Amino acid sequence: MKQQTDFSSLAKSSGEWLRGTGPESDIVISSRIRLARNLADFPFIRRCSDEDRDSIERTVRARMEAMEDWKDIRYIDIEELSEVDRQFLVERQLISREIADADGSRAVAVDPGEQYSVMVNEEDHLRIQVMQSGLDLQAAWATIDSLDDRLEGAILYAFHEKYGYLTACPTNVGTGLRVSVMLHLPALVITRQIDKVFRSMQRINVTVRGLYGEGSQYSGDFYQVSNQVTLGHSEQALLSLVGDEVVPQIIQYERKARAFLVEQNQQDLHDDVSRALGILHTAKKISSEETMHYLSKVRMGVNLGLIDDVQVATINKLFIHTQPAHLQKLHGRVLGSSDRNVQRASYLQRHLHGELGDGELN
Amino acid sequence: MKCQYCEKPATFHITELTEPAGPKVMHLCEEHARNFLQKEASSPVASVAGALAKQLQLGQTKQELAELDQKECPVCGISFFEFRNTGRLGCPYDYSFFEEDLVPLLTNIHDATEHVGKRPRRLAASADSQARMIQLRREMEEAVELEDYERASEIRDELKRMEKELSQPEAKSEDTSDQHNRSKQADRPEGEDRS
Ligand SMILES: [Zn+2]
Ligand SMILES: [Zn+2]
Repeated sequence: MKQQTDFSSLAKSSGEWLRGTGPESDIVISSRIRLARNLADFPFIRRCSDEDRDSIERTVRARMEAMEDWKDIRYIDIEELSEVDRQFLVERQLISREIADADGSRAVAVDPGEQYSVMVNEEDHLRIQVMQSGLDLQAAWATIDSLDDRLEGAILYAFHEKYGYLTACPTNVGTGLRVSVMLHLPALVITRQIDKVFRSMQRINVTVRGLYGEGSQYSGDFYQVSNQVTLGHSEQALLSLVGDEVVPQIIQYERKARAFLVEQNQQDLHDDVSRALGILHTAKKISSEETMHYLSKVRMGVNLGLIDDVQVATINKLFIHTQPAHLQKLHGRVLGSSDRNVQRASYLQRHLHGELGDGELN
Repeated sequence: MKCQYCEKPATFHITELTEPAGPKVMHLCEEHARNFLQKEASSPVASVAGALAKQLQLGQTKQELAELDQKECPVCGISFFEFRNTGRLGCPYDYSFFEEDLVPLLTNIHDATEHVGKRPRRLAASADSQARMIQLRREMEEAVELEDYERASEIRDELKRMEKELSQPEAKSEDTSDQHNRSKQADRPEGEDRS
């Protein structure tokens, strides 16, 4: 398949959403919006024959290729990919673990800036997603809304007058929209306020998921906030619930906690983040969870002005590029776990010493 | 502490806070944590199953439930039993066919039963014509299997014709429903509509 030949260029670059800019980017890593859509004239994926799946994939591909701005879009046949390549796309957040592990015809279309991707034959026929750096749901919505309009012009969607966009799972019906904001909340974790904050919000309709949460030996301090319901609220109301109500509150709590730490504990804090940077600089072998843990501390240190020779964009990129499939793509061969730990340490050092430009590897 | 799913040490302790169910703590090894975190927030199967259990406790007798489980969609053939087990529907027509059983479920999950928000610019195909297209496609696949290529190509033409018809907003639709759609589209609120 010809589209795979320059897969390695994807490995060297990184998505726009990792650039570490945008509103509130000291705390908000990224905003993601996804829409679930289905073709009107096919059963949902579970009840599709192999012919149906092939036919959906071919139809969608042909219609997308006929779209005006198609030429820059990379269309990847997931069925044809190696295990490492699939894992790579998962780490990159361009596809879901489900579609990576599934069987049969399935694909993903990715724009050059990796701002959006369209999965074909996931749980729904189409899963359209847009990623944005920082907290900027309106910009993400504008992109996905227009992409959805263009796809809708070419593809007949399953839509019901009363229930809206029809989806395989009733938890997605209506708007088919899921907004997810990824937050970095180290100070709320250190001050042990994180659970209290979420409980005090008393919000129905949002799901908060802690990634590497409190009490863990290696805590990455990342939390994801998403809307839970999709029916009975407009897209704007759902964006506003997450982006204007819930997330700004959490940001405010995190800022207060950071200010408190700086005031009460400046030396300990400075020591802690400097040691973290020291380990990333000097370790000869390092696991991905340890890497997460120390990168998280360094990220906070940079945002609090305690470390000044590292860019947030570099740290964001390192979170992704030090994951197993990325390391293997960068090295162009399969690596065992202990080899990866060595390569990861060396990769971190080369990048943190500022010796390499953005796309360089060796 | 060991991983919940295997013998390796649990190095990731993940807290999932889902209102109103409350926080749930998981202890996982690196590999299981990675798998878990890459799945979408709030497992749909769990929430469908939970909402269904709640709903079925109310009102339905064992026999009514057994009868409901047998009910099968004429288009895709999925039974209510299968839906209940997997949390996934079989085709767009299920929303019409199982409507009375789905409405309480939708109320449970979303606290709403009516879509508010974006609509396709073109007219939505009716549930019946969507069902008809899926059925035609099945027949076409059968015809190909039986090597009845003439029949298969007739069906293909019929499908193309239907899709073309449905793709044009101005095509044969009743004036009233067209009006209705367009005005809803035009009135689509920007930023309001919070309930
Ligand atoms: Zn495990
Ligand atoms: Zn059906």
